[in-house]
Amino acid sequence: MLAFTIRRLMEAAIVMLTVALMAFVLFRFVGDPINQMVGQDTSLAEREELRERLGLNDPVLVQFGRFIWNAARYDFGISYQVKRPVTSLIAERFPATFELALTAALFAVLLGIPMGVYTGIHRDSWLSKLFLSVSLVGISLPTFLIGILLIYVFAVQLGVLPSFGRGDIVRIGGWTTGLLTVSGLKALILPAITLGLFQMTLVTRLVRSQMLEVLRTDYIKFARARGLSDRAVNFGHALKNTLIPVITIIGLQLGAIIAFAIITETVFQWPGMGLMFIQAVQNADIPVMSAYLLLVAFLFVLINLIVDLLYVWIDPRVRIYGREA
Amino acid sequence: MKLRITTLAAAMAAALLAVPAEAKTFRYAFQGDLNALDPYTLNETFTLGALGNVMEGLTKRDKDLKIIPGLAERWEVLEPTRWRFYLRKGVKFHNGEDFTADDVVFSAERCLSPESNIKSRIAAGTKVVKVDDYTVDFITTGPNPILHYEWDTWYIFSKKWSEANGATKVQTSSTQLSPFTLKANGTGPFMVESHQPGVKTVFKPNPNWWGKPEHNLTEVIFQTIKSDATRVAALLSGEIDMMDPVPVQDIARVKANPGTDVLTGPELRTIFLNMDSLRDELLYSDVKGKNPFKDARVRKAFYQAIDMEAIHSRVMRGNSANSALLISPLLFSRSAEFKRHPYDPEAAKKLLTEAGYPNGFAVEMDCPNDRYVNDEAICQAVVAMLARIGIKAKLNAMPKAKYFEKAGATQKYDSSFNLLGWTPGSFDSHNVLLNLVGCRDGKGSGAFNYGGYCNPKVDELAGKILVENDVTKRDDLIAQAFRIVHEEAGLIPLHQQTLAWGVSKKVKIVQRADNQILFYWAQKE
Repeated sequence: MLAFTIRRLMEAAIVMLTVALMAFVLFRFVGDPINQMVGQDTSLAEREELRERLGLNDPVLVQFGRFIWNAARYDFGISYQVKRPVTSLIAERFPATFELALTAALFAVLLGIPMGVYTGIHRDSWLSKLFLSVSLVGISLPTFLIGILLIYVFAVQLGVLPSFGRGDIVRIGGWTTGLLTVSGLKALILPAITLGLFQMTLVTRLVRSQMLEVLRTDYIKFARARGLSDRAVNFGHALKNTLIPVITIIGLQLGAIIAFAIITETVFQWPGMGLMFIQAVQNADIPVMSAYLLLVAFLFVLINLIVDLLYVWIDPRVRIYGREA
Repeated sequence: MKLRITTLAAAMAAALLAVPAEAKTFRYAFQGDLNALDPYTLNETFTLGALGNVMEGLTKRDKDLKIIPGLAERWEVLEPTRWRFYLRKGVKFHNGEDFTADDVVFSAERCLSPESNIKSRIAAGTKVVKVDDYTVDFITTGPNPILHYEWDTWYIFSKKWSEANGATKVQTSSTQLSPFTLKANGTGPFMVESHQPGVKTVFKPNPNWWGKPEHNLTEVIFQTIKSDATRVAALLSGEIDMMDPVPVQDIARVKANPGTDVLTGPELRTIFLNMDSLRDELLYSDVKGKNPFKDARVRKAFYQAIDMEAIHSRVMRGNSANSALLISPLLFSRSAEFKRHPYDPEAAKKLLTEAGYPNGFAVEMDCPNDRYVNDEAICQAVVAMLARIGIKAKLNAMPKAKYFEKAGATQKYDSSFNLLGWTPGSFDSHNVLLNLVGCRDGKGSGAFNYGGYCNPKVDELAGKILVENDVTKRDDLIAQAFRIVHEEAGLIPLHQQTLAWGVSKKVKIVQRADNQILFYWAQKE
């Protein structure tokens, strides 16, 4: 188990180095950050001086080497645009994104799994058909459109929920949370639904198809023959055996939700990392972009690792084969 | 019993109506962030506008951009190179310190320090001399009629406060924000209560302000909302009272909504086209060995091929003012004398034939797609219109970060034909003649002349304009210079954009053409 974990962590380091290198090669094409940093009347000489001071005139490899050396010491430099250390910017923005992603994931799982089980068991009921139609909407509509539709209905027409921002937040140590205030909770609802809807439909459909398959197997028939209650058969035996692929998907999707909340955060002006990233791209803010990409790579590696470990825990077969191999 | 209830109800109603200090919170949103609260770090309209509610310069500009006294009560020109400013007495900074001549001298030094981004506010070489506590002299190297033109956004810092807070040096563009930039200490009608960069800023009225308040607000909250659709939704739902800008396509909708309206007005920025007339061979064209843009007839053909009425009504949906000049008519008294060369594709074709290009030629056009209102759409329209006279223009639309790098000085003006927008920071024509029209000399002249147009006669006039103190003579020189550029179609002016602010009908606010959001003129019901 330990060897497995260590091997995975080594792989993680290689993945992150590769991501950083690719990002750096791409940064040559994002444009000139200087124009966004100064006013229009700034003279050419001053612009050139600033470029020199930021090290933008150095060869790409030198810049890359400097970046890796600093990143290894958890120093990602100072944002060109916001002019604060990138690490503190990320620390400040991470709680917002994390709370949003977690709420969205909970929403997806807590609604998606029961809906999947229900539609799996009662294939032909009208409620199942309704669930499936709703999930079709979730899968086919793009995120920004869902967000804008929700804003239009709940903020503009009904006026019950806020259209942007995070509401009032409470500071606990280095963490900020919107979960403890009414306005914070209200502000969380629309973005979380927007972000989680796609994942919810994915979970519903996945659980449903897995249920349909598992319910046909012999051991379910046997369990029924033993006279077990429907509840015990459906949840104790059937659902448990559908969970392996579901956990894989949910795990990877959680990474995707955190990393790519960009669109949802932009639509709702949610002060998280995604919004920070999109602004960094527009302004060619290289320190923020590189740190963010590295963080995303790290998150994915970490989540993959956790998912692998969870497999071992849920499915004893993986454990046994793993030992033989 | 009944009587008592009525009396009670009446008493309650009276109590409700007579609440003396009713909370009036004005909430507004902008598409960009407010970062540092040091107005010397970024020479940008929105930041300077927001801080203009908190800090003040020696001069101010009124609702029509006319220069009026600010922290200086009055001023006079003692000799052509010596200006005397008499400071307002009894003015206090937010922290209670008195405002004196020392603060002005200190602010001038700070403004001219190497890290400052607003050095252009004070002409190079100007000496600032304290005469007494409430009198300051400015000694210039030569006559300078526009010495004080930009001083409404040269805000005065408190010397003592700056020293106490480590703010004597300006925040540099490449280093970390210093703690002092999260605070502000001015003399203005509002004070900064709290500031979270990029998220939210809260302002409170300054009870000790020297002037007579023209607002009735008790609190102002600024927030950034980047997404256009969300900004519109926040206004429609009443969560905010004002926002800027309203996207062109949403203006009708915001107007149709019963509780909201759109304030539109001319903006100072002019949008125009540059043609590379400097190189001996165009970089991006099928014409080899020569440069067609060197011929004024070709440039005029391009000018006359562009149907500005169509761009005004279709692309801008009526929200633009076509322009014959590179400067807004609000900023030059004689702009009415200039008329655009008429749209005439036939004449344009004839000009091309005379110049030796009867079948036109191919050229690439560079265009930003996230900088100006509908910038890419304007370029697309121009490309289509040029096709009618046989010019095969290929459009390269790109994000601003990329565009300014390619077409600007960074990559040595690597472009043959492009679109740019400009607001003269000094609100004066000389800035335009120097930056956009002047021959590129690598030192400062023509730094934003993306086409490299060069006419020594124009440069000579610009030199005279710089030192001419007589307003009528000066305007005449400016008109002469603009006339030359106009006649030989050195650049192609297109239009001034329109400002579009979304406002709640509960709010009355003044929209100034420089797009500063000044809530010290805001009234809320």
